[in-house]
Amino acid sequence: MMNKISIKDLNLYYGNGANHALHGINLDIPARQVTALIGPSGCGKSTLLRCLNRMNDLIEGVKIDGLVTLDEQDIYQNVDVASLRIKVGMVFQKANPFPMSIYDNIAYGLRAQGVTDKKTLNEVVERSLRSAALWDEVKDRLKSPAFGLSGGQQQRLCIARTIAMEPDVILMDEPTSALDPIATKKIEDLIQTLKQKYTIVIVTHSMQQARRISDRTAFFLMGDLVEHNNTNILFSTPADDRTRGYVNGDFG
Amino acid sequence: MQSASIDTTAVPATGTILPQSGRRRDWKEQFFKILFLLAAIIGVLSLAVIAYFIFQESLPAFAEAGVSGIVTGTEWLPPALYGILPMIVASLASTIGAVAIGVPVALLTAIFIAEVAPKWLANIIRPAVELLAGIPSVVYGFFGLIIIVPMIQEWFNVPAGNTVLAGMLVLAVMILPTVIAVSETSLRAVPKTYKEGSLALGASPMFTIFKLLVPAARSGILTGVILGIARALGETMAIIMVMGNAPAMPGSILEPARTLTANIALEMSYASGVHASALYATGIVLLVFIMMLNGTLLYLNREKAK
Ligand SMILES: Nc1ncnc2c1ncn2[C@@H]1O[C@H](COP(=O)(O)OP(=O)(O)OP(=O)(O)O)[C@@H](O)[C@H]1O
Ligand SMILES: [Mg+2]
Repeated sequence: MMNKISIKDLNLYYGNGANHALHGINLDIPARQVTALIGPSGCGKSTLLRCLNRMNDLIEGVKIDGLVTLDEQDIYQNVDVASLRIKVGMVFQKANPFPMSIYDNIAYGLRAQGVTDKKTLNEVVERSLRSAALWDEVKDRLKSPAFGLSGGQQQRLCIARTIAMEPDVILMDEPTSALDPIATKKIEDLIQTLKQKYTIVIVTHSMQQARRISDRTAFFLMGDLVEHNNTNILFSTPADDRTRGYVNGDFG
Repeated sequence: MQSASIDTTAVPATGTILPQSGRRRDWKEQFFKILFLLAAIIGVLSLAVIAYFIFQESLPAFAEAGVSGIVTGTEWLPPALYGILPMIVASLASTIGAVAIGVPVALLTAIFIAEVAPKWLANIIRPAVELLAGIPSVVYGFFGLIIIVPMIQEWFNVPAGNTVLAGMLVLAVMILPTVIAVSETSLRAVPKTYKEGSLALGASPMFTIFKLLVPAARSGILTGVILGIARALGETMAIIMVMGNAPAMPGSILEPARTLTANIALEMSYASGVHASALYATGIVLLVFIMMLNGTLLYLNREKAK
């Protein structure tokens, strides 16, 4: 099994060292699988996720040491952040379509890279929307504002927007936490299809969701990676008492 | 609108605590409603009174010279001719020039403070810009007189630097604070999630600013621009000091000219009869321009609410 991403002894501090948020994390993320990050609120799941596409660079006073590699390449050394973020796409907790048409939302990332050819853009828009299982619902109103879509559709639009960049990895931070069960089901099904092509890392608060959709699960507690394993094993026979307590719903 | 349903005469004679306190609350509600209404009426009434009196006073001039004689007349020679087209042109030219120069500078500054500059630098520039807004216009006039006017005289080799161009430059500086402050506020009001989403797609910060953040803040920025235009159009003192004030039609921006506001301010103290009335007519024209701007502003705000 090839590792797409490898995290070694990763420490992260917020506020110029005041808040040690990640404690020596070691985690391998295999290619074309779904890796779920679980743990109680504030344990550092989002923080770790944001290390993988360097979104933490935007936060003032963040200090990072350790090693994060994508395809064996250190993403914090000699790497163009923009191309890293194209390879490692991100879907946010709250769907954040841009204030423009559905079409322009999908084309946005390509246009940012200087793609202007109408035919290429049309193709990519259609292909991405199909991949995100949204095409049939929006094909007649590509020019209308993205805000007119339902919450679940908006989230799939954001997934389509990410797919349009042909990434290797898709990071998702609680992508269904603001959605109803039906919209959630659609996205979970989508994730199952997407993993054939993409490596997916998903943060979730729902242990059922982690169980349903992930191949591997990593359990975090107060900045520590307590345990990570094959999802079935982690949930059925956790090695650590704290993991057992959490997956049994004793705390969190 | 529940005051109608709370009918105090319907309170039972036995009188429980509740209806009584209800009655007191009702009285207070009425008191404040009337207070608010009075305050609002003062504003609206002033507008009506101003508009009415300027209009009233301008009637003799319109009667003597005709609306077209005043608005399209090119000669201002009281008490014979009352054409203010040169002033309309001067006002519009100086305002358009000020916007053409000032708005790009202001927009870039607003973007710089809101998105690009490190915090400490933004915290220096922002108060400086705010200070600019508080400087009295006569001081801008000094600045124009001492720096801009001689500069134009020298660079363009004209007999006097008091020109339309000088007015444009001074006004450009004067509208900066308004346009910067309003634009920056609207840029800051753009949800952070847009920026994050854009950067996460690998878009550069500059692409994000110009293709996402600025368009998202568009209606707010336009509001700032319109407020700036209104300020430029209404400016009087600084313009009188730097634009030369000749009431003739300017042939180029390197000639002196007199704006609508300057025309009123310069001659009101000694004008009488139809001449004075013609100055009120000048005010009416100015008022029409300002009303058109406000109409645009209203329209933009409605767009924003959508
Ligand atoms: N921008 C920030 N600045 C400072 N501290 C932060 C910042 N973001 C997160 N933290 C801190 O880092 C720790 C981990 O936060 P993080 O958001 O990664 O948790 P999480 O596991 O994603 O929680 P949740 O499940 O609530 O989303 C918390 O203690 C939090 O207060
Ligand atoms: Mg989180």
